[in-house]
Amino acid sequence: MHKVLNLKAALLSLLLFAVFLAVWQVATMSSGVSASQAGLSAEQIEYQKMLGKDPGQVKSAGFPTPAEMGATAWKHLSNPFYDNGPNDKGIAIQLAWSLGRVGLGFLLACLVAVPLGFVIGMSPLLQKAFDPFIQVLKPISPLAWMPLALYTIKDSSVSGIFVIFICSVWPMLLNTAFGVASVKREWLNVASTLEVKPLRRAFRVILPAAAPTILTGMRISMGIAWLVIVAAEMLVGGTGIGYFVWNEWNNLSLTNVIFAILVIGVVGMLLDLAFAGLQKKVTYVE
Amino acid sequence: MKPTVPTAGAGFLRIEGLSKSFVPAKPVFADVSFAIDRGEFVCIIGHSGCGKTTILNVLAGLDTASSGHVFMDGREVAGPSLERGVVFQSHALMPWLTVRRNIAFAVQSRWPDWPAAQVDEQVRKFVALVGLDGAIDKKPSQLSGGMKQRVGIARAFSIQPKMLLLDEPFGALDALTRGTIQDELMSIVRQTQQTVFMITHDVDEAILLADRILLMSNGTETAAGWRPGNIAETVVNPLPRERTRAGLHHLDGYYALRNHIVDFLVTRAKAT
Repeated sequence: MHKVLNLKAALLSLLLFAVFLAVWQVATMSSGVSASQAGLSAEQIEYQKMLGKDPGQVKSAGFPTPAEMGATAWKHLSNPFYDNGPNDKGIAIQLAWSLGRVGLGFLLACLVAVPLGFVIGMSPLLQKAFDPFIQVLKPISPLAWMPLALYTIKDSSVSGIFVIFICSVWPMLLNTAFGVASVKREWLNVASTLEVKPLRRAFRVILPAAAPTILTGMRISMGIAWLVIVAAEMLVGGTGIGYFVWNEWNNLSLTNVIFAILVIGVVGMLLDLAFAGLQKKVTYVE
Repeated sequence: MKPTVPTAGAGFLRIEGLSKSFVPAKPVFADVSFAIDRGEFVCIIGHSGCGKTTILNVLAGLDTASSGHVFMDGREVAGPSLERGVVFQSHALMPWLTVRRNIAFAVQSRWPDWPAAQVDEQVRKFVALVGLDGAIDKKPSQLSGGMKQRVGIARAFSIQPKMLLLDEPFGALDALTRGTIQDELMSIVRQTQQTVFMITHDVDEAILLADRILLMSNGTETAAGWRPGNIAETVVNPLPRERTRAGLHHLDGYYALRNHIVDFLVTRAKAT
C-alpha cells in the first residue's frame, strides 16, 4: 500500500515540477525577445543604443529562463570549492561557513537551553519566575538583535553567532521545560520506590522520558537558526550563503540569487531531515 | 514516641491509628490499625473510595497520612524504600527500555555495586519466574497487558524486598489472563515466602491468594454525623494453604467465606 502511494506521489511531484518548468519557460521566453529590430530605422536603432537599450542584444538582466538557470547551477555545482579571493568563493565554501556559524550558535543555544529548561521544568517556582523574561525576549526578531550585538560584541562574525544563539534558544528552552514537567507521575513513583538518587533519576528517567519533546524543540530551533543565518549574513557580510545572496543581488545576477535560494532551501531540508532522524531514535511508544 | 521492637509474630508490619483526610472534618478513613506477619499474604477488599489505595500509598511512602504511624521491622516508615517493593495498577514500565533493562534498572538501584553479569543473572532469574524468557528483549509496547503486568511483578520481586505492595495488579486484565497470573503469583509467593499486602476488588482472588482478608468500609454520613471508613472486619482464611484455583470452589468452607465477604460488600461496606 505504502509503495503504491509513494510511487503515485513521486510521479505527481515530477508532473508538478514539469508544469512549473513549462510555465517558467513560457513566462521568460518573451522577455528574451525584446523590441525586435524589424520596424526600426537605422537612426532609431542608433538612438536606442545610446539610451542603453540595444534592441539587438539579448540582455540577461531580465528574469532568467530555465535553461540559463540550469547552466548557472551546473557552473556552481561542478566547481564548488574554488577560491578566487574574499568575494569570490565556491558554493561549498560559502555553505561551510554558514553551517559553521549555525552549528556554533546552535550548540551554544543547546548548552544553555537544555539544562536551564530542565531546571525550569522541575521547579514550578522557577518556571513562574523566568516566564515573563522568556515571553518578552522570545518574539524579538534576530534583525532587531543585530545592532545591539554589533555594538557590544564589535566583531561581526561573533555577532552573527550571538544572534543565532539568541533566536534558537527559545524553542529548545520551552520544549525542554515542557517535556520535563510532563514526565509521567508513575515513572517518578517507580524511581521513588526504588530509592533512585536525584541525579540518576534525572538522567535515567526524566531525560529519556522528555527526549522526544526536547528533540522536537531542537528541530524547530535548527529551522529558525538556518533562517536567521541567511538574514544575519546579509547584514554583516563576510563569507556565507546569506552574504552570497546579497552580493549577487548587488551584481544584479538574478540567476545566482535564485540558485542560492534553492541551495538554502535544500540545505534547510537536509538539516530538518537529520533532526527528524534523531527524533525517531528517541521516540518511544507507550 | 519511641517505637518498640516487636517480638516474633507481633507484627513485622504494624499500622497504628492511621487516618487520612482531604477535607479536614471528614477523614476518608480513621483509626486504621492492623499488623502483618512475615511471610503472610494479606488482602484488603472494599468499595472504591474507601481509601485502600491511600493506605497502600502511605505504606509505600508515596503519600503521608494525616495521623497515625506505620512501623516495619521496628522502624518507622517515613518514605519510599527498596524494602517495600510496589506493583502499580498500571504496570508503570518505562517504555523506552526493554524488559531486560526495565528490571535491570531496579536491580541496579538495589545493588549498585553489582557487576553487569550478576545484574543480568538476577534479571534472567526473575524473568524466568514469570515465564517471559522469550520476551526479555522486547519493549513494553510489544507486549500484551498481561505480559506487561508480569514484568511489573518480576521487577518488584527482583529487588527481593522485605514486603511487597500490590495495588489491584490484575484490575486491568481480562478474566482469563487474570486467572493465569494469579496462579503464577501464588506459586512465586509460596516459593519466596514473600510478605505481601494486596488491594483487590475480586473476592475470589482474595480467597485464593490471601491468608487474611481485611474488609474495609467506606466513610459515610450517619444520623450522628460523618463516620470515617475503617477496617470493619478481619477474616482469617480457613482454607488449606495448598489450594489451587481450579479446585477452590470445591473446598469446604469456600462458599461460607465467599458469601460472608459478598454480604459485607453488598450490605455492610456502605451501611449507615
